[in-house]
Amino acid sequence: MVAYFLRRLGQSAVAVFVMAVLVFVGVYAIGNPVDILINPEATERERLAAMARMGLDRPLWEQFLVYFGNLLRGDFGTSFVYGDSALAVILQRLPATLELAFVALLLAVLLGVPLGVIAGLYPDGLLGRSIMAGSILGFSLPNFWQGLMLILIFAVFLGWVPAGGRGPTTELFGLRVSFLSWEGLRHMILPAINLALFKMALVIRLARAGTREVITQDYIKFARAKGLSRRRVVLVHVLKNIMIPVVTILGLELGSMIAFAVVTETVFAWPGMGKLLIDSINRLDRPVIVAYLMLIVFIFVLINLVVDILYSVLDPRVRLAQRGAQ
Amino acid sequence: MTGTPQPATAPKAISPMRAAMLDFAASRLALGGLVLVVLIALAAIFAPWITPQNPYDLAQLDIMDNNLPPGSESWGGMTYWLGTDNQGRDMLSAIVYGLRMSLIVAGTATLCALGIGMAAGIVAAYFGGRADTLIMRVVDLQLSFPAILVALILLAILGKGVDKVIIALVIVQWAYYARTVRGSALVERQRDYIAAAQGLGLSHARVMFRHLLPNCLPPLIVVATVQIAQAIALEATLSFLGVGVPVTEPSLGLLIANGYSYLLSGNYWISVYPGVALLITIVAINLVGDQLRDVLNPRLRR
Repeated sequence: MVAYFLRRLGQSAVAVFVMAVLVFVGVYAIGNPVDILINPEATERERLAAMARMGLDRPLWEQFLVYFGNLLRGDFGTSFVYGDSALAVILQRLPATLELAFVALLLAVLLGVPLGVIAGLYPDGLLGRSIMAGSILGFSLPNFWQGLMLILIFAVFLGWVPAGGRGPTTELFGLRVSFLSWEGLRHMILPAINLALFKMALVIRLARAGTREVITQDYIKFARAKGLSRRRVVLVHVLKNIMIPVVTILGLELGSMIAFAVVTETVFAWPGMGKLLIDSINRLDRPVIVAYLMLIVFIFVLINLVVDILYSVLDPRVRLAQRGAQ
Repeated sequence: MTGTPQPATAPKAISPMRAAMLDFAASRLALGGLVLVVLIALAAIFAPWITPQNPYDLAQLDIMDNNLPPGSESWGGMTYWLGTDNQGRDMLSAIVYGLRMSLIVAGTATLCALGIGMAAGIVAAYFGGRADTLIMRVVDLQLSFPAILVALILLAILGKGVDKVIIALVIVQWAYYARTVRGSALVERQRDYIAAAQGLGLSHARVMFRHLLPNCLPPLIVVATVQIAQAIALEATLSFLGVGVPVTEPSLGLLIANGYSYLLSGNYWISVYPGVALLITIVAINLVGDQLRDVLNPRLRR
């Protein structure tokens, strides 16, 4: 177990290292780091000082060591636009993105699982078919277009909710959150639905497939034969057994949710780190882009690591397979 | 079984190709999708001849006709069936031209990615060992990140432009093809005809591309169909975010982005109709792809 843990940790470190090297190659070897990382509006003296700090006047391999050392200390340079540390600028916007992603994840499960179970119980009924058709649309339509339609219908035509922005926030444990005030919720509901739609389509498919498989099992027949109500069979026996794949997939999908937030945040002008990335790309604020890239790689590798380790803890088959391999 | 044996009808000799086509046509929905795809492709190819105006020839635009709702008549007596944008551009023409751009980008990218992925997957499966490990590690690493993110970062580094969008799409997509081809090639590689071809002393390249590859094509065709729709959606998203095609050569995504600011003031048609065009294109391709998957998958064969 410990050996597996260490090996998995080593693999993660290698993945982060490989990405760091790729970024280094992109910025230092292919591009001109002086143009990329130092503000084009800087004076000659500032340029020289920054070059010395980042080691740009030294040979390439030494530059790599300096770059890597800076990376380990979380120093990605200074944002041209905000004049602050690039990492700090991003971390400041991380809570807004995480809040949106978690609410969307919650919506995806709370709406997706019941819809999927219904579709699985009545696969040939009108309701089941419509749910599946909806999930196919949710899969194949571009996210930003779904967002525009939400704005058009609920903000422009019906006027129920605002079209964008985050609205007022409430302080909670030092973080500013939206979900505690009515006005904040009104601002959050459309972006959260938008971000949730794709995952909801996925959850519906998983829950439907799971339900169809589970209801043919003997323990379901037994539960029915015992005379349990249909309600109890579905809510307890079926639901329990389809939640395992749903939860596993969603754990893995949290990372891609943060990535997809780039689109949703831009459509709804939500001040998270995805919108910051697009703004930074348009303003050529490259230190922020590099910092975002490394942060997202780190988050992804971390999520994969945690899921893998949880898997080996929870699923004896994975553990046994490793023991067999040793 | 009933007592009287059925008279044995000799199976008609139909080629696998024809059988697949008949299977495909069994679904009316998929057939409808195919007809739509063909119509869309024709509209895109013949855009300059079928549109009422060239939307990017400023001489043909009349600024007096700006922001007209769908169905309005122009000063010149022409009907704008889908309205006009803020520069008096006929939206119908703009959409057909945008469609053309979207299809060119997605089609080129898919072809290139298909070529690269196919070669990488075949090499990985055929040689195995180190080459396989190396190629599949790269594939796994890449597929563990969402396509949209990889494409965004690439474009942040490469900059704007039609060629750069195509490069980004190719880099994002080749891995899917590589994985698909490798999967089927690993199975085919064990077959006797490969051993026979090798025994004849044919070169590795010839065995891989003339013997192994043709037998790995069916799943690849399915993946490629679905991936074209994905490429169109991804390109639209990138252009919508402002990192895709340049303003001078707008695709559907950029048209939607341009109309976005008018959406809030109620001029919905500038953004919505390009969106509907995008929607129809993607759904039609997916319908075809779904049916192809059923037809070409031997496990689902009756």
